[in-house]
Amino acid sequence: MSISIKDVEHVAKLARLELKDEEKNQFTKQLNAILQYAEKLNELDTENIEPTTHVLKLTNVMREDETRDSLPLEKVFHNAPEEDEGQIKVPAVLE
Amino acid sequence: MSLFHSRLKDIHNQLVNKQLKVSDLVNESYERIQKVDSKVKAFLTLDEENARTYADKLDELLDNSSERGLLFGLPAGIKDNIVTEGLKTTCASQFLTNFDPIYDASVMKKLKSAQSITIGKLNMDEFAMGGSNENSSFQTTHNPWNTEYVPGGSSGGSAAAVAADEVYFALGSDTGGSIRQPAAYCGVVGLKPTYGLVSRFGLVAFASSLDQIGPITKNVEDNAYVLQSIAGYDVMDSTSANVEIPDYISALSGDVKGLKIGVPKEYLCEGIDPKVKDSIMSALKVLEGLGAEWEEVSLPHTEYAVATYYLLASSEASSNLARFDGVRYGVRTENPDNLLDVYLKSRSEGFGDEVKRRIMLGTYSLSSGYYDAYYLKAQKVRTLIKQDFDKVFEKYDVVIGPTAPTTAFKLGSQIDDPLTMYLNDICTIPVSLAGIPAISVPCGFVDGLPVGLQIIGKAFDESTVLRVAHAYEQSTEYHQNRPQL
Repeated sequence: MSISIKDVEHVAKLARLELKDEEKNQFTKQLNAILQYAEKLNELDTENIEPTTHVLKLTNVMREDETRDSLPLEKVFHNAPEEDEGQIKVPAVLE
Repeated sequence: MSLFHSRLKDIHNQLVNKQLKVSDLVNESYERIQKVDSKVKAFLTLDEENARTYADKLDELLDNSSERGLLFGLPAGIKDNIVTEGLKTTCASQFLTNFDPIYDASVMKKLKSAQSITIGKLNMDEFAMGGSNENSSFQTTHNPWNTEYVPGGSSGGSAAAVAADEVYFALGSDTGGSIRQPAAYCGVVGLKPTYGLVSRFGLVAFASSLDQIGPITKNVEDNAYVLQSIAGYDVMDSTSANVEIPDYISALSGDVKGLKIGVPKEYLCEGIDPKVKDSIMSALKVLEGLGAEWEEVSLPHTEYAVATYYLLASSEASSNLARFDGVRYGVRTENPDNLLDVYLKSRSEGFGDEVKRRIMLGTYSLSSGYYDAYYLKAQKVRTLIKQDFDKVFEKYDVVIGPTAPTTAFKLGSQIDDPLTMYLNDICTIPVSLAGIPAISVPCGFVDGLPVGLQIIGKAFDESTVLRVAHAYEQSTEYHQNRPQL
């Protein structure tokens, strides 16, 4: 499998990255090299092998459903780029 | 001689006996930073005023109370992906240039109760992605042993600061070798604990199924003290392991008689510098002299570990880094046209090359049509890699090999070749995938650059790892060498 500039453009869109032409070329080349290296894994038969998502044998970890104080608003906004009347402000979603 | 060359115990006694003040230790740190950090460039942010105020407070406590934390008064440097309330935390990324955390990571709370003093925040590869610190958006840290060489990474700032005597100890984080590899390159002791032993709450996530925080120190005993202070269950981290924490310090008996060591042949063949191999073989002789026995073993899936790791870690990273969208925190692009523009431009302007490359690789591996071929396949191979270790540990107490196949490389020599850079992690990555603990201890020098010996243990058996590392260290003098700066 090899990936094209078009694939790179598609993946960039999914990842919400805007790439310059020069970056697209470079990433196409480098990602192809890395993926080609990853082809190595196909040498192994993993038909009956369980995937490992996590090394600890944990199932869902729940806490008691108790109400707790949430963060004070001033802390929530402390790092926000823009805020207005108790809300984080962003440009219009619909134009 | 630096005050930081003394053992933790000796410093503690000097403080209690009034031969030394906490403010002297903090002075030592800032004076040293003033003197050498223009060459080493380990620190991104200093917290001098707060550190000095806290030192005075601890000095008062010395007079008025007999209660002392395990790390009382010791100057600490913290990797800049561990959030510190009110102290800028950037992950060495433009994206978080002004990020001022509103809470402390759980390890910072633990350090506070152990009463160490935070001196400042340490450089790293952006979002912990890299093995040289050249991926920092702000500065490149230099290896204190030879400033033309990399300190390793991603916790390069942490390892370099300890090696250069700028702090007494440091915290780093390790995803595929990011504590052990820089510790090896800088000639210090770095431990990656078992996954789940130390809380990840407040560690900015890179690859959540692999990330672990751990201590970087000058000797094994100090490492045990820091681990003792930060290990333990945390309700704030759902992957935190609810296990009893042993006494790591009393585990350092010096006794390795009858210990069974497995030495993986895969770690000593392809790509290893023959002089590094010589250092490892000499280290095994030392352990043999202490009554341990070693045999060659095989971890047959080692050659698949790097590919597995880069698919899994990048996939997890692409998901974790989706939160950096320029809405709630971080640097938002100026004059965006619409909301989509906020995402696209903020991310494209805020992330560096390596971070973008891994987000791209991860997004691709997880995308429709490729998930089974890459992500799921890698998860299955991860199982095989873990089983390799399970088998070896049925017969052996520890596995020993090099931490890295070579010593530190020259700054700039690998930056354009990501794949070669990734292969430096061949000996540390399998351990991360298996989630087990490993330490790097100094075991020699090649052309003036340190070599690291990696001691790998069973899950949650840090006691044995530390015991073996300590017994080895106490029979050698490598850890006493200091770089000339």
